[in-house]
Amino acid sequence: MSEGISTRALVSRLLVVVVVMFCFGVFVLPPFYDAMCRVFGINGKTADAYQGVQTQDDSRQVRVQFLATNAAGMLWSFGPTADELTVHPGEARDMLFIAHNPTDQPMSAQAVPSVSPARAAAFFHKTECFCFTQQVLQPGERIEMPVRFIVDRDLPKDVHHLTLGYTLFDITASKPPVAHVTLARAAQ
Amino acid sequence: MGLLLWLVFSSAHASWGVNMTPGATEVSRSVFDLHMTIFWICVVIGVIVFGAMFWSMLVHRRSVGQKPAHFHESTTVEILWTVVPLLILIVMAIPATKVLIDIYDTSESELDIQITGYQWKWHYKYLGEDVEFFSNMSTPRSQIENRSAKGEHYLLEVDEPMVVPVGTKVRFLITSADVIHSWWVPALAVKKDAIPGFINESWTRIEEPGIYRGQCTELCGKDHGFMPVVVEAKSKEDYADWLAERKQLAAAEKELTSKEWTMDELMVRGEKAYVTACAACHMPGGEGLPPMFPALKGSAIAVGPAKGHIDIVVNGKPGTSMAAFGKQLSEVDIAAIITYERNAWGNAVGDMVTPKDILAFKQAQE
Amino acid sequence: MSAVIDPGHVGHGHAGHDHHHGPAKGLMRWVLTTNHKDIGTMYLWFSFAMFLLGGSMAMVIRAELFQPGLQIVQPEFFNQMTTMHGLIMVFGAVMPAFVGLANWMIPLMIGAPDMALPRMNNFSFWLLPAAFGLLVSTLFMEGGGPNFGWTFYAPLSTTYGPESTTFFIFAVHLMGISSIMGAINVVATILNLRAPGMTLMKMPLFVWTWLITGFLLIAVMPVLAGCVTMMLMDIHFGTSFFSAAGGGDPVLFQHVFWFFGHPEVYIMILPAFGAVSAIIPAFARKPLFGYTSMVYATAAIAFLSFVVWAHHMFTVGIPLTGQLFFMYATMLIAVPTGVKVFNWASTMWRGSMTFETPMLFSVAFVILFTIGGFSGLMLAIAPADFQYHDTYFVVAHFHYVLVPGAIFGIFASAYYWLPKWTGHMYDETLGKLHFWMSFVGMNLAFFPMHFVGLAGMPRRIPDYNMMFANFNMVSSIGAFMFGATQLLFLFIVIKCIRGGKPAPAKPWDGAEGLEWSVPSPAPYHTFSTPPEVK
Repeated sequence: MSEGISTRALVSRLLVVVVVMFCFGVFVLPPFYDAMCRVFGINGKTADAYQGVQTQDDSRQVRVQFLATNAAGMLWSFGPTADELTVHPGEARDMLFIAHNPTDQPMSAQAVPSVSPARAAAFFHKTECFCFTQQVLQPGERIEMPVRFIVDRDLPKDVHHLTLGYTLFDITASKPPVAHVTLARAAQ
Repeated sequence: MGLLLWLVFSSAHASWGVNMTPGATEVSRSVFDLHMTIFWICVVIGVIVFGAMFWSMLVHRRSVGQKPAHFHESTTVEILWTVVPLLILIVMAIPATKVLIDIYDTSESELDIQITGYQWKWHYKYLGEDVEFFSNMSTPRSQIENRSAKGEHYLLEVDEPMVVPVGTKVRFLITSADVIHSWWVPALAVKKDAIPGFINESWTRIEEPGIYRGQCTELCGKDHGFMPVVVEAKSKEDYADWLAERKQLAAAEKELTSKEWTMDELMVRGEKAYVTACAACHMPGGEGLPPMFPALKGSAIAVGPAKGHIDIVVNGKPGTSMAAFGKQLSEVDIAAIITYERNAWGNAVGDMVTPKDILAFKQAQE
Repeated sequence: MSAVIDPGHVGHGHAGHDHHHGPAKGLMRWVLTTNHKDIGTMYLWFSFAMFLLGGSMAMVIRAELFQPGLQIVQPEFFNQMTTMHGLIMVFGAVMPAFVGLANWMIPLMIGAPDMALPRMNNFSFWLLPAAFGLLVSTLFMEGGGPNFGWTFYAPLSTTYGPESTTFFIFAVHLMGISSIMGAINVVATILNLRAPGMTLMKMPLFVWTWLITGFLLIAVMPVLAGCVTMMLMDIHFGTSFFSAAGGGDPVLFQHVFWFFGHPEVYIMILPAFGAVSAIIPAFARKPLFGYTSMVYATAAIAFLSFVVWAHHMFTVGIPLTGQLFFMYATMLIAVPTGVKVFNWASTMWRGSMTFETPMLFSVAFVILFTIGGFSGLMLAIAPADFQYHDTYFVVAHFHYVLVPGAIFGIFASAYYWLPKWTGHMYDETLGKLHFWMSFVGMNLAFFPMHFVGLAGMPRRIPDYNMMFANFNMVSSIGAFMFGATQLLFLFIVIKCIRGGKPAPAKPWDGAEGLEWSVPSPAPYHTFSTPPEVK
């Protein structure tokens, strides 16, 4: 037999690797991926509420287009009040989305934002958004949902055109969702 | 051997076609050129390596009296065949990087189309034009089930193709309402995943009018093989005509709603619309595919009160695959389908649901 | 069934020279055995059974694709067949076959009396029939078995999955535990049970590649376990790892899956590299060229496999810089892989070659695997991949690396070591027939897939346009031929076990290694006293 550590010690070390890799897959990769997405705008994900203030850049304009998609099984009617706005970088603008629950039951919904092109996502800030919270509508109720946003002054010069899309999901049936970020924190 | 086969067949006729086609756009041609460049580099390497191996197998065999040599290492050749492939890879990477950067171009587009994948159809929305429609496969079941001869564009034909103008940069905003799909048209070299909750972007500029066909390329469930993509490129004038006609059609559809329909008319239209919109899951004979897709033949809803039947078709059933068709189909089609379902395959309620009923139902919800 | 097992029961090994006891009698010998040769045998038989089962599913797929139109199965069942075919071949056929070879050969190659953890060895084998019994039983459940492809992308496998998905997840957990225990066992055996004088750089390459494979398994199987655990929680416990509605992301699933999935690809090929590196020198009667560079190349491939996963996801919408990084990293893999191919070719060069069945399979391995490598290189080029992704070109690519790669590597190993296992020579004529029919069938089945893929046929579709019809028919004929030929292999192996020319301790004159220093068949216990390695 060759020298080195005992089989028992070796196996315990390998088992530690197994446990570490499992935890890596469940507790590290998802929040890490999420952070990467928010920093680099992968998948067009946007960050949480933006606190900063910017001065307006009058030298150029950017078209911001609005999309609304209902996920399968979502019965509400949902859409923006205008197809697009032309804005100056640094300027805070508002947009209203309208949602209507045509069913005879109260329903809750979650809107998920996504910005395209993805590399512009990191430069699109929402200071206020209906997507930060769940929306609950009573039967037949109709509401106006605001989003206030700033296109960053540092937006790459070759991007002239941004699209902000929302997908509306019906979350009535599910329990209050537990985001994986919170889960990971709980585990630490 | 495989490479030889490839070369032999490369001149054969279409259905024995062995290669990618250059496609209809600048991007697709540069992708094609890139593909051929890398292919030929691989062929050259293959000929050298396999040539050496075959030579060795013919000459260095015991049956011809060859005595084995004893060499078993040489740092020089090891370094050589690490560095040379590295250089070849760099030669490949340069054009690849260039093409990739071209594909990621973000210059301003003239037309934006939102593409939404559904199980198992595509929805196209012309942004800012107020034109939107679903694009369903139009190949009849009878061809798929081998009961009638298959047409030339079997499985690659749709009721409503996406129509775009030539010579125009068209931007696609691709998303999905349910599972992941992937929108692919080989001739445009555009393939992008449609991911629920997220928007992906791609673009094309088609040069020649024509019809370009593709398919969904990400497994999306049962009818993944039956959701083709058809893009029809028209000249700018023809495109403008088409757009105007589309808008008129929407108005005409509204008129149809107010028309007095007879039972027979509704049944005929209903069967057609049912086959397009419903038969994939509930089956042409209404027997469904339980438990995922319940039977309509003899079902409590289909032979129960009309209101419940209208409700499930218009609003769908949350938590199941039953979509809300209220926005996907016209009032006429919904009325026809419901009438058909209540009176086909031995369901014999005998009543008739008219487009006006559907409109009234929808207005009551508003 | 004989029920009485006395652990102290003394039988006699065939060789009769050994002073230890031989195997227990009856069925319980197999249930309770801790002998590495018994367990290796069981792994190999199990994997062959799974190979036939997964293969018959492939036959269903090819029969449906024989002609355009739906003839034999409906799309929902077709999807279950493609999914099960992939899962069974990857986890049931290829991986257990390599574990079986490792169990049999590694102790013999390094002069160890057995595996380091014999009882765990028994347990890790017996988990497999449980796992695959469970997996296959889902086909008979209401709503059918897994139908979302062996890559089981969310949300098709979570929100939209059939009821049986929970059982599928449990089955994946069981196979994962089995693989991890198997890998720990192999690593512990190699690191701690080598005979005196057997330094790391003297180990046969099969042992080296398995050591690296073992580490890969230990690193990535837990990630797969994590991945299916997150699915389970999404399905049953209201989390939203992979659901956009709750703040998750379906693309995250693909990142986690391929973080496991790409190293997994190398797990299925590295041991075959090792086996071929033993067989080619034996039949070229010349030492392996560049042993040291082979070891480093294997390690380099293993390392690179951790940083290339997103090349499976070029169309999901990765930023340009990410796309470039994964493209370059993937292309780099061609360098160490090329070194290996060049080394094998140089080993053959100026040898004194004969072409017995193991050599035929090994040479075919090198050539056809290289073709798979070429298509892999083409797929690495991101802009070109937009055209290849999820088409039959990809199907052709991975069948070229897995069938003539992993499967031919396993066949080559089986023929090479059968005399050692059974004590008889296999029937060389039938072996060569098996090779040539497999070779022709396999190329006929998979080469035309390149063509239909480039012509635009997506993968995982049950029906297709007529423009793909000719080559699909050729593919199906080739697949039927390949499938039928494997029954011949079963016949050859059974014939070899039951009799044949007695094999000497070293049946191949050019073979090297400790395994040839014990008699054939290898006695039940070997190397109870460690051999001296010079």
